Amino acid sequence: MIARKKILTDEMVAKIESLAPRYPNRRALTLPALHVVYAELRHVPLEAVVEIAELLGLAPAEVQDTLSFYQFFPQEKPCGQVRAFVCRSVSCALRGGDQLLEHLCHANGIEPYGTTPDGRLTIEPAECLGACDFAPCILANDDLLASMTPEAAQAELEKPRGRAT
Amino acid sequence: MPSFKPVLLEAVGVPDGHTLASYVARGGYAPVAKTLGEKQPADVVEMVKSSGLRGRGGAGFSTGLKWTFLPKDHPGPIYLCVNADESEPGTFNNRILMEDDPHQVIEGIILSSYATRASTAYLYLRYEYPKSWQRLQAAIDEAYAAGWLGKNIKGSSFSLDVYLHRGAAAYICGEETGLIESLEGKRAWPRIKPPFPAIEGLFRKPTVVNNVETMACVAQIARRGVEWFKSIGVPADPNNPRDPGSYGPKLYCLSGHVERPGCYEAPLGITARQLIEEHGGGVWKGRRAKAVIPGGISMGLMTESELDTPLDFAGPGKVGCLGLGTAAVVVIDDQTSIVDFLHNSCRFFAHESCGQCTPCREGTSWSLRMLERIKAGKGRLKDLDILQEIGNTMGMMPGSTICGLADGAAWPIKNAIKKFRGEFEDYIKRTNPSGWMVTEPVPALQIVGAH
Ligand SMILES: Cc1cc2nc3c(=O)[nH]c(=O)nc-3n(C[C@H](O)[C@H](O)[C@H](O)COP(=O)(O)O)c2cc1C
Ligand code: SF4
Ligand code: FES
Repeated sequence: MIARKKILTDEMVAKIESLAPRYPNRRALTLPALHVVYAELRHVPLEAVVEIAELLGLAPAEVQDTLSFYQFFPQEKPCGQVRAFVCRSVSCALRGGDQLLEHLCHANGIEPYGTTPDGRLTIEPAECLGACDFAPCILANDDLLASMTPEAAQAELEKPRGRAT
Repeated sequence: MPSFKPVLLEAVGVPDGHTLASYVARGGYAPVAKTLGEKQPADVVEMVKSSGLRGRGGAGFSTGLKWTFLPKDHPGPIYLCVNADESEPGTFNNRILMEDDPHQVIEGIILSSYATRASTAYLYLRYEYPKSWQRLQAAIDEAYAAGWLGKNIKGSSFSLDVYLHRGAAAYICGEETGLIESLEGKRAWPRIKPPFPAIEGLFRKPTVVNNVETMACVAQIARRGVEWFKSIGVPADPNNPRDPGSYGPKLYCLSGHVERPGCYEAPLGITARQLIEEHGGGVWKGRRAKAVIPGGISMGLMTESELDTPLDFAGPGKVGCLGLGTAAVVVIDDQTSIVDFLHNSCRFFAHESCGQCTPCREGTSWSLRMLERIKAGKGRLKDLDILQEIGNTMGMMPGSTICGLADGAAWPIKNAIKKFRGEFEDYIKRTNPSGWMVTEPVPALQIVGAH
């Protein structure tokens, strides 16, 4: 048998297990586990789904079913180091949200949901980010980019950006 | 109107207002100590019931009454789920409460858990609020360290754990049974009711789902009293036995085409015009409003001539809107196309429908396709009737769907076409001079950006 490299590291497993006492069953750990893996890898490959299922005592299909519903966890490849959600809902749209999205995609040479070839930036349309007082706005990793113009947004997205949560 | 001092937002602008020290200095947590020492859970239920507090999450159901639906003498566990999914377009008041005064929310959670005899509370937080996450987690840690959470709170027999649970960017997780399914680790498919969550909810146990602002109101009622709460807002209509009144302060979210967008606290019943003029600095650029969303996009549209409608629980319904919803007021100026607005609304709901019920899945998807076609200059007058038919037939109100998302999708369609039909007709005739009168079926266009 060929030894397979595990996707879930000991640290990831420990982090997931540390949350277990919060819930009366292990299935409720599905979303937290997906978030733990996503936070490290910036995606959740199918192998990780299988390993999460094993850890939680579920069928891989159950975890995959949940994951696919949310359309939030990229599976094929990691999203960019900066994942920018550009709001296109009503309050932002009234203040130029659609144009902002179009400008940013054009300026970075990608389609919506695309990632730049250097893996730096992913741009995704998003529904209301709950920051309509700062429309049009963008959530770039953990940072809210408030009341953006296309030029200011491009300058912001060129900055390196970490993640705290 | 007498000048009104914000209470729910009292920490906004206060240096370190989000910390435990600041909250305690403002009188916070004293009500918890008093309640645990002197009162029974039933007393807290009675207090909230008699305050007339109605849930701030959208449906406006009496909070105290909802708590009484829990089974009596249940061996437990009973769960409290705090709904912080806040994804209704236009809405951001929960975010401000969680970022600027997280302890107010936590105090409300402690009191509500005591009242409902819940020993575990989950706060379901939408993914897009990283700052809320940090502030809440820090506040929860502070509260544990100070003995306001955990085992035998302040020497009483009451114990409570509060856990944050993070969503993954889906609007439907805000619907209470969608939230429960999501918390259980499944797709957020709303459940068919009954059974209601109070009887069989999270992990099949009795469960209460309440909004973040509702929690803040509970904390303030405990601190300031039932009489204070009832002195604010709009009393029950004596001629309408089905109107329980709209009491208390409310956080209105103002956005769109106003000079000063923001979250403003006002007595329930302020009119949209007052909100826009007195708080928002008027419609931007000196323009006039064409339409205003009264309470999040699901509630439909008011016209400029309807702006004097009071924004209490009963007001928006009187002008054909769905209700007060989340009290998120979005102003649309007179240079904006209503066709564009409706396209935006249909795109949102087509994207967020969970797909369980055929009328909602197909209705939201087809209404988007029709708006795409109208915008592309291929609309027909007949499309307006078809859109109206979709609007009239999908939803819990016509009885064809499991949850209220479909009603929320239907209302903007119904209101926009009824109240702005002339604009739609002009647009269609102008952009499709050779085809607007066609009544035979036409093919759909290739659709972009929806799934
Ligand atoms: C599609 C849909 C989305 C909803 N989203 C939210 C939400 O984000 N936050 C919320 O508190 N309630 C939301 N609700 C209402 C909840 O189902 C529920 O009524 C509410 O959380 C109860 O809290 P309350 O009684 O304190 O208002 C939504 C309802 C529907 C139908
Ligand atoms: S009404 Fe729509 S969102 Fe609600 S359960 Fe049915 S398909 Fe899902
Ligand atoms: S509409 Fe963009 S943040 Fe609400």
